[in-house]
Amino acid sequence: MQVELTVNGEQRSDDVEPRLLLVHYLREVCGLRAANIGCDTTSCGACTVLLNGESVKSCTVLAAQATGQDVVTAEGLAAAGELHPVQAAFRAEHGLQCGFCTPGMVMAAVSLLRENPSPTEEQVREGLEGNLCRCTGYHNIIRAVLAASGQAEVTA
Amino acid sequence: MIPAPFDYVAAESAAHAIELLSQHGDDAKVLAGGHSLLPMMKLRLAAPEVLIDIARVADLAGISVDGDELVIGATTRHADLASSELVRADAPLLAHAASLVGDPQIRHRGTIGGSLAHADPAADLPMALVALGGSVELTSAGGTRLVAADDFFAGFFETALEPGELLTAVRVPRRPGVAWGYQKFVRRANDWAIVGAAAIDGRIALANMGSVPVRARAAEQALADGASAADAARLAADGTSPGEDIHADRAFRQHLARVLTRRALEHIS
Ligand SMILES: Cc1cc2nc3c(=O)[nH]c(=O)nc-3n(C[C@H](O)[C@H](O)[C@H](O)COP(=O)(O)OP(=O)(O)OC[C@H]3O[C@@H](n4cnc5c(N)ncnc54)[C@H](O)[C@@H]3O)c2cc1C
Ligand code: FES
Ligand code: FES
Repeated sequence: MQVELTVNGEQRSDDVEPRLLLVHYLREVCGLRAANIGCDTTSCGACTVLLNGESVKSCTVLAAQATGQDVVTAEGLAAAGELHPVQAAFRAEHGLQCGFCTPGMVMAAVSLLRENPSPTEEQVREGLEGNLCRCTGYHNIIRAVLAASGQAEVTA
Repeated sequence: MIPAPFDYVAAESAAHAIELLSQHGDDAKVLAGGHSLLPMMKLRLAAPEVLIDIARVADLAGISVDGDELVIGATTRHADLASSELVRADAPLLAHAASLVGDPQIRHRGTIGGSLAHADPAADLPMALVALGGSVELTSAGGTRLVAADDFFAGFFETALEPGELLTAVRVPRRPGVAWGYQKFVRRANDWAIVGAAAIDGRIALANMGSVPVRARAAEQALADGASAADAARLAADGTSPGEDIHADRAFRQHLARVLTRRALEHIS
């Protein structure tokens, strides 16, 4: 079947199998490898991307379901060559170690800050409930999201 | 994990989805948010030959007021329920239940219709609907029938939905300002309730205390007879036969049902 959608601002049309998962579509058809496959069971959040501006786990969405919609991956955040404020905050606050969870964490944080531009620490912790990190112990991730919050460009 | 092959059709309207359902019969499954169905298909626990995607059907979404009821379209997502001013004002128990489903990513995809049709006894929205005394609209080529929440859940992952029927809308009584209580006991982030309890207006529903979301009838009766919250809650597990798993055995679940019911009722008083 033909899927037509926007990926990181680019209009695409691809012939895919209906059963192709969005994460496989992004990684293998589009060559965008930021979204990782961690658990493959909707638990870890490593595959998180934005669908119409909202965080979703792309291991549990069919490419077909994204027809006519707008997908953004971590690659699309820094499209202008400059880090997105959330990415910059993760770097400044050491919000990552091995980096496997990071693209998903960043996308979940971007979505969270769009819905709630000035969250409390508790709201950040709850808002990242769908993302697991096996390295950092979460503290620096939370600090990074709080550092990025309230900045005007975050919601852009 | 990759699902078995299937054909994919995007329905254009509720009527189109119903037509597709009768055309494909047992080979077809409705796809809403996909957050119960796709995990099952990836594990090959389900292998429908045709998926009828209803997620982008405009006439199945949205929340409106009809007299003393809220009418919620089947494809309304958990995130939309949780943030809806209308639901938060008129059925805050339901908005709260939706806000506790899984995690934000899951709430951006999962729908109320999908959650009710999936009928997991551990899930939040089925328990909430039973507590609220709501109902569902089931529509087929022959017309629409209304089924009360108490009659909709027929067994473990089983409902009153007949072949060819689509769950089109959910109705809940509007109760602005009426006190309610909601308790969900979990051990891990983004998980289903090990046991849950929801209470409003003398009705008490429990999650994961049987094959369907059940009413705590003995406790409800005690409340009606004037018992205190603490005394009524002691009866919350009466007549229940919960399953056992790695999280809890039967006795622990029954203990949780009593404790959570007490907390839910105390939240009201
Ligand atoms: C990791 C994880 C954690 C979760 N945690 C929770 C939780 O804490 N609490 C909770 O309640 N739920 C939880 N869920 C389940 C989640 O709420 C699902 O979104 C929901 O159960 C199914 O809704 P859906 O729209 O995704 O349905 P789908 O997966 O699309 O469909 C589910 C079933 O319902 C049928 N169906 C869907 N819509 C209709 C309709 N309108 N008419 C007739 N049949 C229909 C489908 O054919 C299918 O059989 C979790 C899911 C995951 C993956
Ligand atoms: S890979 Fe999608 S949630 Fe873990
Ligand atoms: S940085 Fe390694 S998993 Fe998060």
